[in-house]
Amino acid sequence: MYRSLYPRDMFAEMDRLHREMQQAFDLSPTIRGFGRTGFPALNVGSTPGAIEIYAFAPGIDPATLDVQLERGLLTISGERKGSLGDGDKATAVHINERFEGSFRRVVTLPEDADTNAVQARYRDGILQISVQRQAAAQPRRITVN
Amino acid sequence: MNASETLNTRRGPANTHQEDGQRYSQAALTPPVDVTEDAAGITLLADLPGVSNDKLRLQVEADTLTIDAEVGLILPDGLQSSHTEVGVGRFHRSFILSRELDTEKITAQLANGVLTLRIPKAEHAQPRRISIDVHPS
Repeated sequence: MYRSLYPRDMFAEMDRLHREMQQAFDLSPTIRGFGRTGFPALNVGSTPGAIEIYAFAPGIDPATLDVQLERGLLTISGERKGSLGDGDKATAVHINERFEGSFRRVVTLPEDADTNAVQARYRDGILQISVQRQAAAQPRRITVN
Repeated sequence: MNASETLNTRRGPANTHQEDGQRYSQAALTPPVDVTEDAAGITLLADLPGVSNDKLRLQVEADTLTIDAEVGLILPDGLQSSHTEVGVGRFHRSFILSRELDTEKITAQLANGVLTLRIPKAEHAQPRRISIDVHPS
């Protein structure tokens, strides 16, 4: 079997690969970044006309959800009540994985977000927030005379 | 790739979508659950955000309870994802039930993306008080 005289250090290679993967997939270069964990889980995407934020927050009364927008920061906060009963001795808890308590997550919006055109709706446990982009930032065709 | 294409053509185009669904079904998220037990039965709560009634499949086979659900999120056209924490649109989890649970009487509710399952214990397994007749002698 062929064996290189100067074999590569496998662990150094793995380390380099790991760093490159992180750079390739970590799409949060802003200083505030993005928390990787936490409740609710967030998906953020954009279309040419709007920025779409999906917060996976099941089991919450939409009236208690607080969505605030201030200086380009979108804050989603609220509280989810525990479901395990209030210390009832006759009830045994076997699995307790679901989040309970108050939560707060912050998303940095891009500069072209129009903070006056925001829509939020809650359906099947997903909070969807659409922030329109300012018209100037949208692609447009320039006519040539 | 070629193998799956021939499979699809053989079964006809009507099945293509279903085939896709089966292929993706292998990748699924494990929903977080709470399970509590009281004298009369077991209560299970599962977080299934984005799942509506028609996308939820509950199955009891022998002593295994299976939760299989699909996220019914409609994404706008041309959406480019920039940050993803929930990358798979499917939930799957199964549990082994014990014998004293009455699988015929399971009730399920789905509200705001939370599934509530109530699995009562069979009547013979429920605790009962035995009255003792004391005969004065």
